[in-house]
Amino acid sequence: MTETGTTLGEALARRGVSRRALLQYASVVAAQMMLPASAATTIAAELAKVRRQSVIWLSFQECTGCTESITRSFSPTLEDLIFNFISLDYHHTLQAVSGDAAEKARETAMEENKGKYIVVCDGSVPTLDGGVYSTIAGRTNLDLLQETAKDAFAIVSVGTCAAFGGLPHAKPNPTGAEAVAPLVKGKPVINISGCPPIPEAMTGTIAYVLSLGKIPDLDHLGRPMAFFGETIHDRCYRRPFYEKGYFAKSFDDEGARKGWCLYEVGCKGPVAYNACATVKWNGSTSFPIQSGHGCIGCSEPDFWDRGGFYRPLSAGTSSKTGMYVGGAAAAGALAGLVAATVARKRKSVAMAQPAAQEAESKEG
Amino acid sequence: MELLDFARGPAITVALAIFVFGTVWRLVALLGLPRTHDLSVPRPGTPGPLAAGAKEIFRRMWPRHEFSQSSMFAFVNGYVFHVGLAIIVFAFAPHVLFIKGLTGLHWPALPNNVVYAIGAVTMVSLLVALVRRMTSPVLRLISTMNDYFSWLITFAPVVTGLAAASHLGARYETLLAIHILSVAALFIWLPFGKLAHFFLVFISRGTTGAFMARRGIQL
Repeated sequence: MTETGTTLGEALARRGVSRRALLQYASVVAAQMMLPASAATTIAAELAKVRRQSVIWLSFQECTGCTESITRSFSPTLEDLIFNFISLDYHHTLQAVSGDAAEKARETAMEENKGKYIVVCDGSVPTLDGGVYSTIAGRTNLDLLQETAKDAFAIVSVGTCAAFGGLPHAKPNPTGAEAVAPLVKGKPVINISGCPPIPEAMTGTIAYVLSLGKIPDLDHLGRPMAFFGETIHDRCYRRPFYEKGYFAKSFDDEGARKGWCLYEVGCKGPVAYNACATVKWNGSTSFPIQSGHGCIGCSEPDFWDRGGFYRPLSAGTSSKTGMYVGGAAAAGALAGLVAATVARKRKSVAMAQPAAQEAESKEG
Repeated sequence: MELLDFARGPAITVALAIFVFGTVWRLVALLGLPRTHDLSVPRPGTPGPLAAGAKEIFRRMWPRHEFSQSSMFAFVNGYVFHVGLAIIVFAFAPHVLFIKGLTGLHWPALPNNVVYAIGAVTMVSLLVALVRRMTSPVLRLISTMNDYFSWLITFAPVVTGLAAASHLGARYETLLAIHILSVAALFIWLPFGKLAHFFLVFISRGTTGAFMARRGIQL
């Protein structure tokens, strides 16, 4: 599988890929990563020089949705990546070998590319009870991650499970699922969240690291700013309806059919940072809001536990508010009655005192 | 738990519970106070307590002619921010959804841009009210920390709401969380400070009106 000895330029030339085609590709990557047009030339030049980067893809507690997603990347395509730019040395779903041979491929790639290979992780890592809830080749995910990450150049956590814990981390988190970043100290980690992540966000980021040899600008959650710099609401084509106050009240009303804003039916676009509204999916065909469903905020930490997908963002999330408020009203009424009773008692005592004094003075 | 989750969950729930507790407590305690039987004879020709109370409630909504010059600005400015606050609270779509989430009641909202404009006017009006309070010798003399704190706790949700709407100063989710927390602080303070006038104003005006009418004061 590996062909790490040759440069990308050589490999591409052998396949009949022209320099013009490489430049076109580099322009797309530069545009996606919000780099100036001049960066395309640099990217193309650097890509031509680099040797195919070894990539080890580790899958932990996951659903393979992230792999499904990356196979639908249009620019660059997954085929571009694994046949031209990277040497995908280990990937459960895509690799041909299995068993000991697969593990051997991983170990060989680590040894031959020490300090240079990229580790891509999808899925969260169980940490409870020694991490026994997910094992590969008889070893826990935690063990495998820490061993593989030790000599890596960088780690790319794809999907919300690897980036923030995702669904396995949802309450009550029975496996003690953790994100990758806190478990690999001292290594640069790029989080490409989403459930699944946008394929171009994954391939684009990997291409960026390959071509420029550095980590892209990241937000406070470790996500590339190029893809996660703005909220979906900011770039949503339905935003004008939000400002005008035109909202769909349900998924089958007139507003929904007219394509009005989905805020009232729980859209989390205002607090979800992702490029769904711009890059879109399946070759920029559509994205969930365009298909009529509100954003569920899947690229944000703990999106599963944030009060319900169909509850509007401005509504409270506690299901017990009514109970607490009812209890508070009863307690308030009781406190008020006690206060009024005390006041009445004091008054009756105060009224009784002059009468008693008057009686005493008469007796005297 | 992130700040927004805290604000949308426990913070607003606890604040609402304190708000309801304080409001019910104060109302029940007030209405349950022992009343002294008024032994005086009402002045002839005076209206009954209910009519007099209602009349006084409405009469105080506009300054008397004698004081119109000196107090007209305060009245008009007061209306501006009170009506502005009411529109912001009850006619902004996300707020209507908040109320719907609590009570199940809902109604049509105004376009967001209209509410933003009203919010900006309300903010300026509140600032003017503060400046007037701080520059008028009489108002400054009778103002206490309660007044200034009540102003601050009213002003904060307006400013944070506008900041959240315009994405100014921080990320939207942080601004939204701060806005919700400022509203929670407002809920907590409402029944206990000067802002309690939101439910006491008509009771106190009505009682005053009934009391004065019985003594033959021209209302």
